Amino acid sequence: MADISFLLLLFFLVTTTIDVDTGIGLVLPPPAEDTEIVKVKTQSLIRVLVNVAGDVLLDDEVTSVPQIHEIVANKLRVNKKLIVSIKVDRETPYRVYIATLDEIKQAYNILREEFAMETFKLPLRNLTKQQMDEVREAVKQSISIAEPERTR
Amino acid sequence: MKFKKKQASTKQSVPTASLPDIIFMLLIFFMVSTVLREFDVKVQFTLPAAKQIEKIDNKRIVSYIWVGRDGRVQVDDNLVLIPEIQNLAARKRQLIPSVIMSLRIDEGSKMGIVTDIQQQLRKGDALRINYSTLMKL
Repeated sequence: MADISFLLLLFFLVTTTIDVDTGIGLVLPPPAEDTEIVKVKTQSLIRVLVNVAGDVLLDDEVTSVPQIHEIVANKLRVNKKLIVSIKVDRETPYRVYIATLDEIKQAYNILREEFAMETFKLPLRNLTKQQMDEVREAVKQSISIAEPERTR
Repeated sequence: MKFKKKQASTKQSVPTASLPDIIFMLLIFFMVSTVLREFDVKVQFTLPAAKQIEKIDNKRIVSYIWVGRDGRVQVDDNLVLIPEIQNLAARKRQLIPSVIMSLRIDEGSKMGIVTDIQQQLRKGDALRINYSTLMKL
Protein backbone atom coordinates (compact mmCIF):
# COMPACT_ATOMS: atom_id res chain seq x y z
CA MET A 1 0.00 0.00 0.00
CA ALA A 2 2.69 2.42 1.04
CA ASP A 3 4.62 1.59 -2.16
CA ILE A 4 1.72 2.52 -4.39
CA SER A 5 1.14 5.74 -2.54
CA PHE A 6 4.85 6.51 -2.73
CA LEU A 7 4.72 6.04 -6.46
CA LEU A 8 1.71 8.31 -6.84
CA LEU A 9 3.26 10.81 -4.48
CA LEU A 10 6.42 10.93 -6.56
CA PHE A 11 4.37 11.40 -9.73
CA PHE A 12 2.52 14.38 -8.29
CA LEU A 13 5.69 15.79 -6.78
CA VAL A 14 7.36 15.79 -10.16
CA THR A 15 4.41 17.17 -12.13
CA THR A 16 3.47 19.93 -9.68
CA THR A 17 4.74 23.39 -10.44
CA ILE A 18 4.27 25.74 -7.54
CA ASP A 19 4.96 29.00 -9.27
CA VAL A 20 2.57 31.83 -8.66
CA ASP A 21 1.82 34.11 -11.56
CA THR A 22 2.73 37.65 -10.76
CA GLY A 23 2.16 40.72 -12.83
CA ILE A 24 0.52 44.09 -13.24
CA GLY A 25 -3.25 43.74 -13.51
CA LEU A 26 -5.32 46.02 -15.69
CA VAL A 27 -8.85 46.14 -17.06
CA LEU A 28 -9.07 47.25 -20.66
CA PRO A 29 -11.88 49.57 -21.75
CA PRO A 30 -14.55 48.18 -24.08
CA PRO A 31 -13.92 48.63 -27.82
CA ALA A 32 -13.74 52.25 -28.92
CA GLU A 33 -16.76 52.01 -31.26
CA ASP A 34 -19.12 51.05 -28.43
CA THR A 35 -18.32 53.82 -26.01
CA GLU A 36 -19.02 57.48 -26.16
CA ILE A 37 -16.01 59.69 -26.32
CA VAL A 38 -15.84 61.55 -23.05
CA LYS A 39 -14.06 64.83 -23.20
CA VAL A 40 -11.69 65.44 -20.34
CA LYS A 41 -10.24 68.80 -19.52
CA THR A 42 -6.51 69.09 -19.92
CA GLN A 43 -6.21 70.35 -16.34
CA SER A 44 -7.59 67.09 -14.97
CA LEU A 45 -5.02 64.97 -16.75
CA ILE A 46 -1.46 64.04 -16.00
CA ARG A 47 -0.04 63.33 -19.40
CA VAL A 48 2.83 60.88 -19.55
CA LEU A 49 4.36 60.52 -22.97
CA VAL A 50 7.17 58.07 -23.58
CA ASN A 51 9.24 58.02 -26.75
CA VAL A 52 11.38 55.37 -28.41
CA ALA A 53 14.49 56.15 -26.40
CA GLY A 54 12.65 55.99 -23.08
CA ASP A 55 12.59 59.75 -22.54
CA VAL A 56 9.52 60.95 -20.69
CA LEU A 57 7.48 64.05 -21.25
CA LEU A 58 5.39 64.59 -18.13
CA ASP A 59 2.97 67.50 -18.55
CA ASP A 60 5.34 69.25 -20.93
CA GLU A 61 8.40 68.70 -18.76
CA VAL A 62 11.17 66.34 -19.73
CA THR A 63 12.05 63.74 -17.09
CA SER A 64 13.24 60.17 -16.93
CA VAL A 65 11.34 57.02 -16.01
CA PRO A 66 12.66 56.54 -12.42
CA GLN A 67 11.48 60.03 -11.45
CA ILE A 68 7.87 59.58 -12.53
CA HIS A 69 6.56 58.19 -9.24
CA GLU A 70 7.67 61.18 -7.24
CA ILE A 71 6.28 63.79 -9.62
CA VAL A 72 3.00 61.94 -10.12
CA ALA A 73 2.60 61.38 -6.37
CA ASN A 74 3.12 65.10 -5.73
CA LYS A 75 0.56 66.02 -8.36
CA LEU A 76 -1.96 63.53 -7.01
CA ARG A 77 -1.49 64.79 -3.48
CA VAL A 78 -2.75 68.18 -4.64
CA ASN A 79 -5.68 66.77 -6.58
CA LYS A 80 -6.69 63.15 -6.11
CA LYS A 81 -9.11 63.16 -9.01
CA LEU A 82 -6.45 63.57 -11.67
CA ILE A 83 -6.35 60.96 -14.38
CA VAL A 84 -2.96 59.64 -15.37
CA SER A 85 -2.79 59.17 -19.10
CA ILE A 86 0.01 57.11 -20.60
CA LYS A 87 0.87 57.35 -24.23
CA VAL A 88 3.71 55.46 -25.82
CA ASP A 89 5.18 55.30 -29.26
CA ARG A 90 4.68 52.17 -31.36
CA GLU A 91 8.42 51.64 -31.33
CA THR A 92 8.86 52.01 -27.55
CA PRO A 93 10.23 48.83 -25.97
CA TYR A 94 7.76 46.92 -23.77
CA ARG A 95 10.28 47.08 -20.93
CA VAL A 96 10.01 50.88 -20.79
CA TYR A 97 6.20 50.76 -20.87
CA ILE A 98 6.11 48.31 -17.93
CA ALA A 99 8.58 50.49 -16.02
CA THR A 100 6.36 53.53 -16.60
CA LEU A 101 3.21 51.69 -15.54
CA ASP A 102 5.06 50.41 -12.49
CA GLU A 103 6.15 53.93 -11.58
CA ILE A 104 2.56 55.19 -11.71
CA LYS A 105 1.35 52.27 -9.61
CA GLN A 106 4.09 53.14 -7.14
CA ALA A 107 2.85 56.72 -6.96
CA TYR A 108 -0.62 55.46 -6.04
CA ASN A 109 0.94 53.13 -3.53
CA ILE A 110 2.72 56.05 -1.83
CA LEU A 111 -0.61 57.86 -1.51
CA ARG A 112 -2.36 54.75 -0.20
CA GLU A 113 0.38 54.25 2.35
CA GLU A 114 -0.08 57.85 3.53
CA PHE A 115 -3.85 57.48 3.69
CA ALA A 116 -3.52 54.27 5.71
CA MET A 117 -1.15 55.95 8.14
CA GLU A 118 -3.51 58.88 8.57
CA THR A 119 -6.75 56.99 9.06
CA PHE A 120 -5.72 53.68 10.63
CA LYS A 121 -2.25 54.51 11.99
CA LEU A 122 -1.02 51.32 10.37
CA PRO A 123 1.20 50.63 7.39
CA LEU A 124 -0.53 49.26 4.30
CA ARG A 125 0.56 45.67 4.72
CA ASN A 126 -0.87 45.41 8.27
CA LEU A 127 -4.39 46.37 7.27
CA THR A 128 -7.34 44.01 7.33
CA LYS A 129 -9.13 43.23 4.10
CA GLN A 130 -11.96 45.59 4.93
CA GLN A 131 -9.61 48.45 5.70
CA MET A 132 -7.73 47.70 2.49
CA ASP A 133 -10.96 48.04 0.50
CA GLU A 134 -11.60 51.34 2.21
CA VAL A 135 -8.14 52.57 1.22
CA ARG A 136 -8.72 51.41 -2.35
CA GLU A 137 -12.01 53.30 -2.41
CA ALA A 138 -10.43 56.46 -1.04
CA VAL A 139 -7.40 56.48 -3.33
CA LYS A 140 -8.77 55.24 -6.61
CA GLN A 141 -6.42 54.42 -9.43
CA SER A 142 -7.42 56.11 -12.63
CA ILE A 143 -4.91 55.21 -15.27
CA SER A 144 -5.75 55.74 -18.88
CA ILE A 145 -3.88 54.05 -21.66
CA ALA A 146 -4.27 56.34 -24.62
CA GLU A 147 -5.95 55.10 -27.75
CA PRO A 148 -3.21 54.32 -30.25
CA GLU A 149 -3.24 56.46 -33.32
CA ARG A 150 -3.10 53.72 -35.89
CA THR A 151 -3.74 50.01 -35.55
CA ARG A 152 -3.77 47.08 -37.83
CA MET B 1 36.17 -12.46 30.83
CA LYS B 2 32.98 -11.97 28.99
CA PHE B 3 32.12 -8.53 27.72
CA LYS B 4 28.53 -7.65 27.08
CA LYS B 5 27.49 -4.54 25.35
CA LYS B 6 25.08 -2.51 27.36
CA GLN B 7 21.85 -2.09 25.52
CA ALA B 8 18.51 -0.58 26.34
CA SER B 9 15.69 -3.02 26.33
CA THR B 10 13.52 -0.92 24.04
CA LYS B 11 13.35 -1.49 20.29
CA GLN B 12 15.80 0.49 18.25
CA SER B 13 13.86 0.79 14.99
CA VAL B 14 11.77 3.77 14.04
CA PRO B 15 8.09 2.88 14.21
CA THR B 16 6.75 2.84 10.66
CA ALA B 17 3.13 2.06 11.35
CA SER B 18 2.03 5.64 10.62
CA LEU B 19 4.15 5.99 7.47
CA PRO B 20 1.31 5.28 5.01
CA ASP B 21 -0.82 7.92 6.71
CA ILE B 22 1.84 10.55 6.28
CA ILE B 23 2.43 9.58 2.69
CA PHE B 24 -1.28 9.64 1.95
CA MET B 25 -1.59 13.08 3.42
CA LEU B 26 1.25 14.41 1.26
CA LEU B 27 -0.22 12.62 -1.74
CA ILE B 28 -3.62 14.21 -1.24
CA PHE B 29 -2.02 17.63 -0.82
CA PHE B 30 -0.16 17.37 -4.09
CA MET B 31 -3.15 15.89 -5.91
CA VAL B 32 -5.29 18.82 -4.86
CA SER B 33 -2.75 21.51 -5.59
CA THR B 34 -1.65 20.23 -9.01
CA VAL B 35 -3.01 21.85 -12.12
CA LEU B 36 -2.38 19.43 -14.94
CA ARG B 37 -2.20 21.79 -17.82
CA GLU B 38 1.12 22.69 -19.26
CA PHE B 39 1.85 24.48 -22.45
CA ASP B 40 4.56 23.84 -24.89
CA VAL B 41 5.97 27.33 -25.25
CA LYS B 42 7.37 27.75 -28.74
CA VAL B 43 8.61 31.31 -28.45
CA GLN B 44 11.58 32.62 -26.56
CA PHE B 45 11.02 35.46 -24.15
CA THR B 46 12.40 37.22 -21.11
CA LEU B 47 9.86 38.87 -18.84
CA PRO B 48 10.39 42.42 -17.63
CA ALA B 49 10.56 43.21 -13.91
CA ALA B 50 8.40 45.51 -11.81
CA LYS B 51 7.89 46.41 -8.16
CA GLN B 52 4.15 46.92 -7.81
CA ILE B 53 2.99 43.46 -8.74
CA GLU B 54 -0.04 41.40 -7.82
CA LYS B 55 -0.48 37.69 -7.54
CA ILE B 56 -3.07 35.77 -9.50
CA ASP B 57 -4.55 33.35 -7.01
CA ASN B 58 -6.67 31.28 -9.31
CA LYS B 59 -4.66 29.65 -12.05
CA ARG B 60 -7.74 28.03 -13.55
CA ILE B 61 -9.13 31.26 -14.94
CA VAL B 62 -5.86 32.39 -16.50
CA SER B 63 -5.20 32.16 -20.19
CA TYR B 64 -1.83 33.02 -21.66
CA ILE B 65 -0.61 34.93 -24.67
CA TRP B 66 3.10 34.76 -25.38
CA VAL B 67 5.04 37.18 -27.53
CA GLY B 68 8.55 36.10 -28.36
CA ARG B 69 11.74 37.97 -28.99
CA ASP B 70 11.20 37.58 -32.73
CA GLY B 71 7.66 38.98 -32.56
CA ARG B 72 5.84 35.69 -32.95
CA VAL B 73 2.62 35.33 -30.97
CA GLN B 74 1.43 32.15 -29.30
CA VAL B 75 -1.97 31.45 -27.78
CA ASP B 76 -2.42 28.12 -25.97
CA ASP B 77 -0.41 25.66 -28.04
CA ASN B 78 -0.46 27.38 -31.41
CA LEU B 79 1.37 30.20 -33.03
CA VAL B 80 -1.23 32.68 -34.24
CA LEU B 81 -1.46 35.85 -36.27
CA ILE B 82 -2.55 38.97 -34.43
CA PRO B 83 -5.96 39.34 -36.21
CA GLU B 84 -6.89 35.81 -35.07
CA ILE B 85 -6.68 36.79 -31.41
CA GLN B 86 -10.10 38.45 -31.42
CA ASN B 87 -11.96 35.20 -32.07
CA LEU B 88 -9.77 33.21 -29.72
CA ALA B 89 -10.36 35.75 -26.95
CA ALA B 90 -14.10 35.77 -27.57
CA ARG B 91 -14.20 31.98 -27.36
CA LYS B 92 -12.24 31.98 -24.13
CA ARG B 93 -14.57 34.59 -22.70
CA GLN B 94 -17.52 32.31 -23.48
CA LEU B 95 -15.91 29.33 -21.76
CA ILE B 96 -14.68 31.23 -18.70
CA PRO B 97 -16.51 34.55 -18.26
CA SER B 98 -14.02 35.90 -15.73
CA VAL B 99 -10.98 34.96 -17.79
CA ILE B 100 -7.75 36.83 -17.13
CA MET B 101 -5.50 37.12 -20.15
CA SER B 102 -1.95 36.95 -18.94
CA LEU B 103 0.38 38.63 -21.41
CA ARG B 104 3.83 37.12 -21.32
CA ILE B 105 5.67 39.49 -23.55
CA ASP B 106 9.38 39.70 -24.14
CA GLU B 107 10.83 42.84 -22.59
CA GLY B 108 12.37 43.96 -25.86
CA SER B 109 9.15 43.79 -27.89
CA LYS B 110 7.84 46.90 -29.51
CA MET B 111 4.73 48.49 -28.05
CA GLY B 112 3.10 48.34 -31.48
CA ILE B 113 2.57 44.59 -31.12
CA VAL B 114 1.31 45.01 -27.57
CA THR B 115 -1.27 47.65 -28.51
CA ASP B 116 -2.40 45.56 -31.48
CA ILE B 117 -2.97 42.58 -29.18
CA GLN B 118 -4.81 44.78 -26.70
CA GLN B 119 -7.07 46.13 -29.45
CA GLN B 120 -7.87 42.56 -30.49
CA LEU B 121 -8.63 41.60 -26.89
CA ARG B 122 -10.94 44.58 -26.53
CA LYS B 123 -12.81 43.56 -29.67
CA GLY B 124 -13.00 40.01 -28.33
CA ASP B 125 -14.37 41.38 -25.04
CA ALA B 126 -11.65 39.79 -22.89
CA LEU B 127 -10.93 42.88 -20.87
CA ARG B 128 -9.17 41.61 -17.77
CA ILE B 129 -5.49 41.43 -18.55
CA ASN B 130 -2.31 41.00 -16.61
CA TYR B 131 1.14 41.95 -17.78
CA SER B 132 3.21 39.07 -16.51
CA THR B 133 6.32 40.43 -14.82
CA LEU B 134 9.01 39.25 -12.50
CA MET B 135 9.63 40.69 -9.06
CA LYS B 136 12.11 43.56 -9.08
CA LEU B 137 14.29 43.63 -6.01
